[in-house]
Amino acid sequence: MFKHFEPNKIFAITSKAPKYVLFLFIIVLTIGLTEALILSPEDYKQSDAVRIMYVHVPAAWISLGIFTSLALLSFGSFVFKNKNFALIAKSLAPSGFIFNIIALVTGSIWGKPTWGTWWAWDARITSMLILALFYGMYLLAWRIYEDKEQVIKVTSMIAILGVINVPIIKFSVDWWNTLHQPASINILSTNTAIHSSMLVPLGIMTAAFALFSLLIFLMKYNTELIKVKNKGLDRL
Amino acid sequence: MINEIISMNGYGAYVWSAFSFTLISFTALYFVTKLQLSKEQKRFASKFGSLNVEKARAARSQNINREILSNTSNI
Repeated sequence: MFKHFEPNKIFAITSKAPKYVLFLFIIVLTIGLTEALILSPEDYKQSDAVRIMYVHVPAAWISLGIFTSLALLSFGSFVFKNKNFALIAKSLAPSGFIFNIIALVTGSIWGKPTWGTWWAWDARITSMLILALFYGMYLLAWRIYEDKEQVIKVTSMIAILGVINVPIIKFSVDWWNTLHQPASINILSTNTAIHSSMLVPLGIMTAAFALFSLLIFLMKYNTELIKVKNKGLDRL
Repeated sequence: MINEIISMNGYGAYVWSAFSFTLISFTALYFVTKLQLSKEQKRFASKFGSLNVEKARAARSQNINREILSNTSNI
């Protein structure tokens, strides 16, 4: 079933794709920034501070999405004994971590004008910080452990344990009284608290961020495949 | 118009610093990843160059190795 996803077969695509993804990313990001900073309206309560949402929310969504993928891929590498899953997960992690940091920093910047503080030990913010720690541990484990089998086991454990935090992040605003506002968008229903004039730039910025994570993933995955091939040349 | 965009009704410092942090992070991650990729490609090319004819022929028989070499020449 997975033979079509063998590294040898897909490298021809992954090695050429980054330049096209970069081109598309620059176009979508330019449109997104124009919409987010100039064309979208200010909020009746938060005024122009609401524009921070266009970087904060997509970064948080994508960091959560990537961590969930890490856990699924790690689980897959256990069940199917497919090392390529671990390689894909390893290549996804750096962009997920950066998006997590962006969500925390831009959230802190947004907190100052809206809540009057840079930081609060609020359930949503604290659980996002815990996610950043899991990302940090995951990336560190790949650097620390030399043995391939051991590093796959350790990183998989970190990813599977860390994914427990994902629903906690999602529902933290419902389960506890938090400074952080509840979710304004529900993908399972058409009921959204955001007007389309703000929803469109949010969607475009999310697409731009997704393209960026795809770009970094492709470059990182190619690097990992070449590392494997370098070891192969040593064995010749 | 320009002043309005810069000041953002008094929230300019917050809005611009959030967007700047995001774009600087993107740029840094992109260049670090690109540097790591080109370092591995160069290492591969130099290892490939040091192989004897027979081993080089064996290595070249794999499509992925040919792909890496063709990308390395574009660095």
